[in-house]
Amino acid sequence: MQNRGLLLDLTLASDPRLLYVVRAAIERLTEVSGFSPPECRSITRAVDEAVANVMRHAYAGSSEQPIDVSCKRVSGMVNGIHREGLEIELLDRGLPFDKKKLTARSLDEVKPGGLGLHFIRDSMDVMEHSHENGVNRLRLVKYFSAEGKGQKSQGE
Amino acid sequence: MQIAARRLDQVTIFDITGHIDLANSPELRKVLLKELKETKTPRVILNLTGVRYIDSSGVASLVEGLKAARDQGLRFILYGLSPSAREVLQLSRLIKIFEVFDNEQQALA
Repeated sequence: MQNRGLLLDLTLASDPRLLYVVRAAIERLTEVSGFSPPECRSITRAVDEAVANVMRHAYAGSSEQPIDVSCKRVSGMVNGIHREGLEIELLDRGLPFDKKKLTARSLDEVKPGGLGLHFIRDSMDVMEHSHENGVNRLRLVKYFSAEGKGQKSQGE
Repeated sequence: MQIAARRLDQVTIFDITGHIDLANSPELRKVLLKELKETKTPRVILNLTGVRYIDSSGVASLVEGLKAARDQGLRFILYGLSPSAREVLQLSRLIKIFEVFDNEQQALA
């Protein structure tokens, strides 16, 4: 297992009461990583919504299933520019992603539900998902702005 | 999350504190819908001053409350939004459909 750049690795039960714990951990991690306060809130919201989706959809409300959350530093070339950022990976062994549900709903509709995916996409620069050998993998990345840490990213 | 109710003449103010997320948004939804559909209080005000976080399920509960209020011809008002709560309503573009005030005095006016 490659753990270069590893910052945080935790496994939690799929109990919605633990979302509070996940948010606290991610918010502090983003703060010490150098993101701005709005970016810290934004990344925390994205991870919270992603973990909540696993609890609701992959595990269908079962509260004792494992969810792995790992965070690490990443770097790479984005549009020809070297960027550093934070990668958050979620692993679960629940039902596969329903690709039909991976389309964020129109924000012109005033109805409850369907907002979580929109919040994730709005917050993160990269969102990738896969299902292999019974494991759902969601990879989220937020890059620091080209100007440096703590600056608002302009997105991709 | 904790919810406390203050009942005034024709008005109920719910003082909500803590985080509203998947763990407790069903409770918020239940309280709001009971007040709006059964008690039918003319003006229902949510004091969100003590709420630091609202997730998408919490927003969904607020939308359901607003829809129930509209169906009954009642007013559904929010005040005291934290930066995080305001951001989430702006991100969802739903802030424009709610009556939002800065403080209780304005919400009661």
